[in-house]
Amino acid sequence: MTTTSRRTTKKLDLDPATVRRARSLARKAGKPIVDLAQRHTTVSVERATLRLAGLQGADADGIPWVNRLLDAVRGDVGLEHGIALPVWDALVRGEADDVSVLAQKASAGSVRFRVPEGRDLVRARAAARRQVGAGIKRVDARRRERERLVKRYGDPDHQPWIYLIVATGDIYEDMPQAQQAAREGADIIAVIRSTGQSLLDYVPEGATREGFAGTYATQENFRLMRAALDESSKELGRYVRLTNYASGLCMPEIAALAGLERLDMMLNDSMYGILFRDINPIRTFVDQRFSRQVHARAGIVINTGEDNYLTTADAVEAAHTVTVSQLLNEYFAKEAGLGDWQLGLGHAFEINPDIPDSFRMELAHALLARELFPKAPLKWMPPTRHMTGDVFRGYMLDAFFNLVGTLTGQGILLVGMMTEAVVTPWLSDRDLALQNVRYVMNAAGNLHEDFVPRPDGYIVQRANQVLAEAIDLLEQILAHESRTGLLDAIADGTFGLMKRPADGGKGLDGVARKAAGYFNPATEILDGER
Amino acid sequence: MSILRPYGDTTGDGMVQISFTLPMPHSKVAEGAAAQLANKMGMEPALVVHAKPMGPDFTFFVVYGRVQHLVDTSQVTVVEREYPLLAPKEVNLAIRKGMRRRLTVVGGCIGTDAHTVGIDAILNIKGFAGEKGLEYYREIRVVNLGAQVSVPQLVAKAREEKADAVLVSQVVTQRDAHILNTKEMSAAFRESYPSDKRPLMVVGGPRFDETMAADLGVDRVFSRGTTPGEVASYLTYRLVTSRHEAVAR
Repeated sequence: MTTTSRRTTKKLDLDPATVRRARSLARKAGKPIVDLAQRHTTVSVERATLRLAGLQGADADGIPWVNRLLDAVRGDVGLEHGIALPVWDALVRGEADDVSVLAQKASAGSVRFRVPEGRDLVRARAAARRQVGAGIKRVDARRRERERLVKRYGDPDHQPWIYLIVATGDIYEDMPQAQQAAREGADIIAVIRSTGQSLLDYVPEGATREGFAGTYATQENFRLMRAALDESSKELGRYVRLTNYASGLCMPEIAALAGLERLDMMLNDSMYGILFRDINPIRTFVDQRFSRQVHARAGIVINTGEDNYLTTADAVEAAHTVTVSQLLNEYFAKEAGLGDWQLGLGHAFEINPDIPDSFRMELAHALLARELFPKAPLKWMPPTRHMTGDVFRGYMLDAFFNLVGTLTGQGILLVGMMTEAVVTPWLSDRDLALQNVRYVMNAAGNLHEDFVPRPDGYIVQRANQVLAEAIDLLEQILAHESRTGLLDAIADGTFGLMKRPADGGKGLDGVARKAAGYFNPATEILDGER
Repeated sequence: MSILRPYGDTTGDGMVQISFTLPMPHSKVAEGAAAQLANKMGMEPALVVHAKPMGPDFTFFVVYGRVQHLVDTSQVTVVEREYPLLAPKEVNLAIRKGMRRRLTVVGGCIGTDAHTVGIDAILNIKGFAGEKGLEYYREIRVVNLGAQVSVPQLVAKAREEKADAVLVSQVVTQRDAHILNTKEMSAAFRESYPSDKRPLMVVGGPRFDETMAADLGVDRVFSRGTTPGEVASYLTYRLVTSRHEAVAR
């Protein structure tokens, strides 16, 4: 996506000083959250570190060894020093030959962990750096491999890129379906996760054949699907990208697995888990930062989840909350080292089609996102809330959605299904949906060149109004008394109408404030690269 | 008036339109096969107006035709839901007008079941099947206790929060543990509440049968595929609308 040409020129006449002000307010709101994240660690960040060090597999009950080892270490010395020092101290002491054997012995209770000091500390630190560093080198190698394959097979020759979903629950069904979708024109395949995986505090192991409304994200499933799409890339002569979800309680671990298995895009939103899954805010922000650092390193494009706000709040009244979230997601992403080309900032076509000028407003909102983030490959999400089961009307709405996508230079277009809210997409639904996309893209052609809204017209005014409301909201967030006004705003229901206090939600018991001697070789390497 | 035929553009013409896919490459034979299927479905004559290959192995058809069948509306039987299905706005309005306070729901998974999929699908704002969870409803206050809640904890929390309804889900169960757990729960609630003050007890999960409510000592059982909107509508019906009707009578 580095080569993506930005076709739209300035059409909204946004005041550069206002745009700068919006960014600076987002930075002010976000900075204390980053500081907070840096002061804490979580069980999942530490387990991701073990995964980068190569610890894989699960015990007979299906509990991953990273969970077993972490629990044992935490029981002996707590979480606040990080997992690396106690683990590699045990390895240096000769408690086990490698980290897998150590995990097995630890879960049998035959190893005692300690926080090393003096020369032991130096040795443990060096050993941990070596082994975790080797894992990060594997992530780097996978990134180079992607770059090589993209060079060989090429990127799609059109904009936006076409994004399709598969989700049967069975990875062995998903693979042929994904390959067929690629043949039909999908540039990006997303495998939806099983309902509820986001609340599991471990990553399931191995290839899975059962799921609820989706397929579990596991390292083996990642590997299988990437291999299937490598075959498709070869067959079709274009690199077909793979997407999954780095969200929920195990977001850092899933990010690490995505880097190790060469996934290309990951759903990764700074606040989604807090708002829509009731995961503790601090847990989320700490996990978020680590996962974004991994994505930055791995060359993965993130997709943020602003579309979700509009599925719960009104798409007109809450339009500015999308902009605020995009600005915050941009700040958090860049702080974690992601480049503009990696920011698939989300937004959606969710305005009630019965209200007058709904299409004009959709155009205004989409153009605003485009011009506020000119270098980001925006992710454009189809209507879901106003899909009623009338498939004919739904097909028409999707066409209008596609038209906005091509008129406003969106980077990634999630293909809308006319059977949204009726059935999981049939073969024919997908085919018809892709015909719809192709027709609109072909028929509109370079219409975006001619489409220049009137300077003082409705679209320009609406876009500027949303931006002004976004700035007001950021100011309100900063007006909260505590330094972390964003946490207060989340607690009082500013986003998506959800109220999430900082001391509530799931996964809080997996958060620890870092001790003075905290050490994590992964964050050291990832922080160091910037 | 009870005997009807479908209506295209003339009374009694019986015209319908269908679309489907056959797993075969597009050819004359495929179009014939589509017409044959339409005939067998009672369409005579059947006009295959559109046939399009979808990849090498499938063909998509649109067929128009006249169906021979009649429908007799006097012979239609439907299983009525005991509660009307309401939109979130209607639920909110009914609660606001009928209770003049928010309706409190306490939910969780009891026993050793760690699978919160079911309760989260109903309670979390993310919801299920395109419907938002109960958290989305402005007039419903949700206290989600999560997984592995003991029965005494659940009772204590319900009392503390002054729950109007208690929702329990059981997904993974062994040797009918879901039934024993539920009976234990309903007994505990009966013991600790006077009968007119007891919160509404609702259980759900894929292994439950909707007819088991009385056996289990609960007010309602929801089985596989239940959506948050159905639960919200039921709660409104039992706790707000039907109570008011009873008083009015």
